[in-house]
Amino acid sequence: MALLEILQLPDERLKQVSEPVEVFDDELRAFIADLEETRLNGPAAVGIAAPQVGMFKRVVIIDCSTTRKPVPNHGYMVLVNPEITKWDGFEKGREGCLSVPDYTGNVIRATKITLSAKDPYGEPLQFDMEGYEARAAQHEIDHLDGMLFVDRVVSRRTDLFKRKVYQDGGTGKRS
Amino acid sequence: MKATWFMLTMIGKDKPGMVAAISGALADQGVTLGETSMLRLGGNFTVMMMVSGAEDEQSLRNSLAPILESQGMCLHVDPIEGGLHKHVIPNVHVTVSGADRPGIVSQVTAVLAELGLNILDLESDVAGTEDKPIYIMQITAVSTLDIESIESALSAVRESGVSVSVSAIETYIG
Repeated sequence: MALLEILQLPDERLKQVSEPVEVFDDELRAFIADLEETRLNGPAAVGIAAPQVGMFKRVVIIDCSTTRKPVPNHGYMVLVNPEITKWDGFEKGREGCLSVPDYTGNVIRATKITLSAKDPYGEPLQFDMEGYEARAAQHEIDHLDGMLFVDRVVSRRTDLFKRKVYQDGGTGKRS
Repeated sequence: MKATWFMLTMIGKDKPGMVAAISGALADQGVTLGETSMLRLGGNFTVMMMVSGAEDEQSLRNSLAPILESQGMCLHVDPIEGGLHKHVIPNVHVTVSGADRPGIVSQVTAVLAELGLNILDLESDVAGTEDKPIYIMQITAVSTLDIESIESALSAVRESGVSVSVSAIETYIG
């Protein structure tokens, strides 16, 4: 186990698109253990994505079970090659990032999503997520596409009906 | 060396190009901007901006003088304590709306002050029509209290005919 160094803006590597994981071996699982140790060490980090530590593989970890007020969640999750297959609704919420210290801002995300992924052994997973947890997954998958929340932050005066913000907000590719 | 910061306050009748003119004049003098707030209020463009890198207040005034003249803006300068990287993360959001009348802001914020909430951001606006103006206010704040306690403390305000809703801001960090 080892703490990994977290890349911070303006590090250009954060804009790199990560590659899918093809080999589900002990090396992958050792990396995931280090990634989790790094997440737990981060100030109040709920999630983390592999590219944040300079590993450009499609791996994210989220755990929404520790919010001040409980929210619907699936607990600790390692998602390998995650893909969002369904989106529904949109809502504004506040986000921050280990890679962008001392800044939080409002971002519009889908309210409900269906997500498919692999576990660290290559077994298929599927989740329906909503609210805070859906936000977490979208934030982390953005990292895999080289996208940071600061690219999606909306003004405090932005109303939700301006949905153009969400549609035009990304330059990252979704596979 | 610790940076010396000034807070500039500038106001003028709104028109395109004001921000470019001001920031251009400051950049030409090697003055850097910190946190700023710029918005249109009632047809006026208002600017509050932290700046550093100026020799003193007079040199700031000198570099802005031609722009203020051409843009029709007035300027106020204050030396300030503090600096960057001092953000506080809000955890409470309060939304208020109701038929406009004197005292809404005072009534709501008196309750919040009593509870020890620290307001980080307050924006308010008058919507509706001249005949039926609606006052709308959004507050983001920091509090150690739970949402229910804040809600119930605001019940008197609600009984006076103003809609108030309080929600927790759960900031996602990833």
